Amino acid sequence: MNVVIFGANSEIAWECAKIYAMKGCNLFLVSRNADKLEVVANDLAARGAGEIKKVAQDLADIAKHRQLLDDIDKSVGEIDLAFVAYGTLSDQQRCESDAAETVNELNTNFISAAHLLTLLGNAFEKQKRGSIAIISSVAGDRGRASNYVYGSAKAALSAFSQGLRNRLSKAGVAVLTIKPGFVDTAMTAHLPKNALFASPSSIAPAICQAIEKRKDILYTPWFWRYIMLIIKVIPEKIFKRLSL
Amino acid sequence: MSKVFSRDYASWGRYPKAAPKSVLRVNWRHEFVDQQDASANLLPYGMGRSYGDSCLNNDGGLLDARPLKRFINFDPDKGVLRCEAGLPLSEILDFIVPRGWFLPVVPGTKFVTVGGAIANDIHGKNHHKAGTFGCHVTQLELSRSDGTRQVCSRTENQPLFKATVGGLGLTGLILWAEIQLIPISGSQICMESVKFGALDVFFDLADESDESFDYTVAWIDSLQRGEGFGRGLFMRGNHAKSSQKKAKNTASAGMSVPFDFPSFSLNSLTVRAFNALYYAKQHERKVKKEVHYNPFFFPLDGVRNWNRIYGSKGFLQYQCVIPRDKAKEGIAEILKAATQSRQGSFLSVIKLFGSIESPGLLSFPREGATLALDFPFKGKATLDLLNAFDAIVRQADGAVYPAKDARMSAADFKQYFPEWRQFMKYKDPNYNSNFWRRVVGNMEAKAK
Repeated sequence: MNVVIFGANSEIAWECAKIYAMKGCNLFLVSRNADKLEVVANDLAARGAGEIKKVAQDLADIAKHRQLLDDIDKSVGEIDLAFVAYGTLSDQQRCESDAAETVNELNTNFISAAHLLTLLGNAFEKQKRGSIAIISSVAGDRGRASNYVYGSAKAALSAFSQGLRNRLSKAGVAVLTIKPGFVDTAMTAHLPKNALFASPSSIAPAICQAIEKRKDILYTPWFWRYIMLIIKVIPEKIFKRLSL
Repeated sequence: MSKVFSRDYASWGRYPKAAPKSVLRVNWRHEFVDQQDASANLLPYGMGRSYGDSCLNNDGGLLDARPLKRFINFDPDKGVLRCEAGLPLSEILDFIVPRGWFLPVVPGTKFVTVGGAIANDIHGKNHHKAGTFGCHVTQLELSRSDGTRQVCSRTENQPLFKATVGGLGLTGLILWAEIQLIPISGSQICMESVKFGALDVFFDLADESDESFDYTVAWIDSLQRGEGFGRGLFMRGNHAKSSQKKAKNTASAGMSVPFDFPSFSLNSLTVRAFNALYYAKQHERKVKKEVHYNPFFFPLDGVRNWNRIYGSKGFLQYQCVIPRDKAKEGIAEILKAATQSRQGSFLSVIKLFGSIESPGLLSFPREGATLALDFPFKGKATLDLLNAFDAIVRQADGAVYPAKDARMSAADFKQYFPEWRQFMKYKDPNYNSNFWRRVVGNMEAKAK
């Protein structure tokens, strides 16, 4: 099985990659930082992954996407699973005071992902099989004052992946939208922790299972489906007064 | 590396309570770890399974090493594993057991990190055959506050290696370690449980069993007075030669204690009842069976957060070792003091340590009998009782285990660990802990 991971240094992606490594899958890892990628690739090799290839590349740079996908096509051929896991947690206050930063965040978390997914979607449509898994976020389910730049990028990504799923289902390609709740990673290290925080290792098995079962949308941990259900039904009149 | 916002950084016994001033999350082993932070007073933190205050640092910062949990290399033929220091033993076992390997030494819980296992130079039920965890560490890398990184082993930077094994995390941050594993032919343990009616019989059983069994330990009923004083269950086992049958992996079931029990729930009556029931559970004198390694090595891991049964005030564990020639009398005296105090110890464990020496300067295990008792914290009465134990241990030239301690005196520490002066040469000057401030702190300030 050929697994390509975009954003392989992300902790959630790594926890999933460990599961694929233990199964002996071939892994193609893409991430921005070459040193970290080396550390991650070493780990996955030690755990028994098949062939591992890695490319250090900033995925926010959309000009290089086509070349990257051509390289992947040449080196691994057909992809069984493309896992899109890269992104940044925006600094909301900085985005508010600096409009350019807002655009940057939207570029990284949505525009570049949409670009990559368009190219990937076309390739998968042609091969008529396989799965695409996309890490979105519960933050995309409703805009909140504390986090709406990141949230709006993820909302767009959720809608994009939903449409892509609709389109590719005719070609027999599964598209999974993953909506993690609070996850305790380097990205959220600065946030106050509460009982809702889950560890990356605890959500990875559910993600891999959802991919295997060709599910459509996964809230993880599972209870976020219900939290977001409640958050979504609060009337806007009331919601706008809340500090969430 | 990133700053961490509030989180629970307690010790397992939850006594004493202490919160660090700051926490740095160490995310990558190749990145520079700035250890010249404002407080200049750091301590690595793993799973927080040290019982007392050796993993606390309320005057300074903690280096949360848990993100360092990657494998670096695994040689499936030679059984050599190199991994980052924040990796929990549980994850190593999940990976190596199906591949025919086992950790050379495991403690009573698998939820400790490799770095913690080295820093406390942990021991297991096979101490008489294998020595401590540190005996099987072939090399490790330290990140020190002066900005250097040093690979240490028995041949390279040997003095620093010896200081780091059992060095309570005070010689620098362990980034990774390499461990020699032992081969096994399955996940099963062939075990026997033998009832014994008196303390003397324990010593006979231990002597008889330590030859032919790799793993031995006994549970002892610390509440039984008069007839049956020192009675208990002696457990001994070996890795099964081949697993014909698959025993149930019972200890991995995810039970959890979701909240603190009220402090009255563990009293001398309930503890006495538990101990009596535990002893009576086994009718036959000897039971032989094949079990999965989890319930054999880690019976308490089946209940997450079991420390909460002691309530929010926490508990103290007292683990000492008494040299072999004075062991029978010393252990008997401590048990007598414990039973007389009526402060029941819920789980009391006794084992004979062997003569294999650890490379660690401050390593706790030494030849003799080791006894571990635990007590809910009830203020002065509890502390007085443990002070009474100290007098017995001192007299018998024994030692108390720092990883379980929250109250030993500076003078006692120095008697138990005479190499502490030698250790000071290799201790990182920017590292400290609540434990170290208590047992050496003032001396260190004077020396400067």
